[in-house]
Amino acid sequence: MILRPQPQDIKNIGYYSGKIIIGIGLTMLVPVVIALLFAEINPALDFLIGTEIALIIGFILSRLCFTEKDLNWMQGMVVVSFSWLAAMLLGAIPLYLSGHWRSYLDACFDAMSGFATTGLTLVQDLDHLSYAHNLWRHLIMFIGGQGIVIVALSLFMKGVSGAFKMYVGEARDERVLPNVIRTSRFIWLVSIIYLIASTLALGIVGIANGMKPVNAFFHGACIFMAAFDTGGFAPQSQNILYYHSLLFEVITIVIMILGAINFNLHYRIWTGDRREIWKNIETRTLCITILLTFLITLIGLNQVGSYPRAVIMFRKGFYQLISAHTTAGYVTIYARQFIDDWGNLALVGIICAMALGGGTCSTTGGIKMLRLGIIAKALKQDLRRIILPERAIVEQRLHHLKEIFLEDKQVRAALLITVSYLALYGIGALVGMLYGYPFLESLFESTSAAANVGLSCGITTPSMPAGLKLTYIVQMWSGRLEFMSVFTLIGFFIAAIKGR
Amino acid sequence: MKRPVTCQLSAISVMLFFCAICYALPLSSTELINKAKEYDGKSVVYTGEVIGDVMVRGDFVWVNLNDGENAIGIWLDKEAAKEIQFTGSYRAKGDRLEVTGVFHRVCVQHGGDVDIHAQGIRKITPGQTVEQKLNPGKRNIAFILLGILCLVLIFVRRQGSRIAIS
Repeated sequence: MILRPQPQDIKNIGYYSGKIIIGIGLTMLVPVVIALLFAEINPALDFLIGTEIALIIGFILSRLCFTEKDLNWMQGMVVVSFSWLAAMLLGAIPLYLSGHWRSYLDACFDAMSGFATTGLTLVQDLDHLSYAHNLWRHLIMFIGGQGIVIVALSLFMKGVSGAFKMYVGEARDERVLPNVIRTSRFIWLVSIIYLIASTLALGIVGIANGMKPVNAFFHGACIFMAAFDTGGFAPQSQNILYYHSLLFEVITIVIMILGAINFNLHYRIWTGDRREIWKNIETRTLCITILLTFLITLIGLNQVGSYPRAVIMFRKGFYQLISAHTTAGYVTIYARQFIDDWGNLALVGIICAMALGGGTCSTTGGIKMLRLGIIAKALKQDLRRIILPERAIVEQRLHHLKEIFLEDKQVRAALLITVSYLALYGIGALVGMLYGYPFLESLFESTSAAANVGLSCGITTPSMPAGLKLTYIVQMWSGRLEFMSVFTLIGFFIAAIKGR
Repeated sequence: MKRPVTCQLSAISVMLFFCAICYALPLSSTELINKAKEYDGKSVVYTGEVIGDVMVRGDFVWVNLNDGENAIGIWLDKEAAKEIQFTGSYRAKGDRLEVTGVFHRVCVQHGGDVDIHAQGIRKITPGQTVEQKLNPGKRNIAFILLGILCLVLIFVRRQGSRIAIS
């Protein structure tokens, strides 16, 4: 029997969602300030309108649904998935008002792509977009990468004991520090320190490359936000190709890798425990999968003779591969080159890298290294069970922050999420094929959307079918939240209709 | 036997002439990117608006030219780049240039990038500053919403104080 949600459920969900919506509204004031600094009048109005709408909705919700009761698991999950949808709808308002998006759906697509740190875009005439709108595109990646709820938790809430439920709902099941709010603040601290250092580095390189200082530092900040949060938006339409700079590529590779590392590992590095990096199962799995997928990509590129020199093949191949594996989505080639120049095998290498993703409790999407490591260890354990005598006790350990004995429930959880991701990649590819796109191209784009990567082989354009845009929006949303909170929201609506 | 040879030579000359005309016509960025292997190493004509920064690198500069479909990097002599007055951004429409140069699918000199090494440029349309005009519709909506927000805040504060009293 399905139970219909109680009024208290609606109150709790409405109250906490309202708080998060207020948070989203207040963050829109940042581009207002930037617009005023650069004397961009209409963009300032776009964001003012967005802020006002968000604040009106947020205040009404949090007042009408005022409660002092704490969230339970179901409510926490629904708050998260609902807040992400609200963030998309509200975050798209200033984008749509700019006139650079063909429809509100396109603006929603880019807003979800930004919040989910994907990087697929439907923007038109990006090279003439205002500083304020460009900053917002990258800021939503920064906010989304840290976690929209984390932003609200760390900035606008004090000591909510139900915070952990929302934190988990946002696909972060590990705490760096004992308290979730302290964890959120640590994540912010790390990100802001990297932001300052990377903006300086990219800004200086930009100036050395001949950019105007204002542009160099603005681009530096934007690129950092999108690279560290493994997003992939860039201020110019050519993405990283715009800069024509090896040093710029090297710095962005370092930032993308930093973004793909578990925040717990960042904490260990910061507290001086550098040995953990080499012992950790996630780092080891990441190294192995990077090597394997890079090898596949290189063999593929070599087969079709895309690049005349090994150095060039290495540079182009490695950049796109790291970008795919860390799910950042930055490119130094044009979208069509994946299809026309790279060949099927190299494309498969990139698709595999995209599907796997980076570390858990990081800003990356995809299946993630810890799950892959657990599945590999479980396989090894089962093989040993077969080989060794029946009476032998086969134990399997893995090192992730501490020594852990592998348990069936861990393997089950890892497999469940992995299968869900594979199904999501497949469904997206199927929808693409239903719209008439070839299999490999559909799979490439679908994996890119569902694993929140942002690489495109040319399918994602403003002229693509609305049904496919909606499919990718759902893929980006559910892929970023790792399914559970999305399933809970769907279940909540079913219960509201069918429940007793 | 002399006549067929003459005929063949004439036919080849005509074909080469038409090929030259084809390549002399400006190509779109989509055409160049999609048929990169075909145009690789050939002299092409490409037109587009200068966008972003003019990035000086020694005696040369990088400019990126957007033809409305994509932008392509142009490796240009520093002296020739002095002709560029406006670059495209939110505040300005950049100069529209016609570039004649060698197209590279994989430029060995520049890390394998797709680019055009310019041999000559011609300004087709000069750029200009884009005037900023306040959109009255947006201003009015912002004011109306501000009024509604104020009312909501008053309502929220009143309700809040009632809850506190009770």
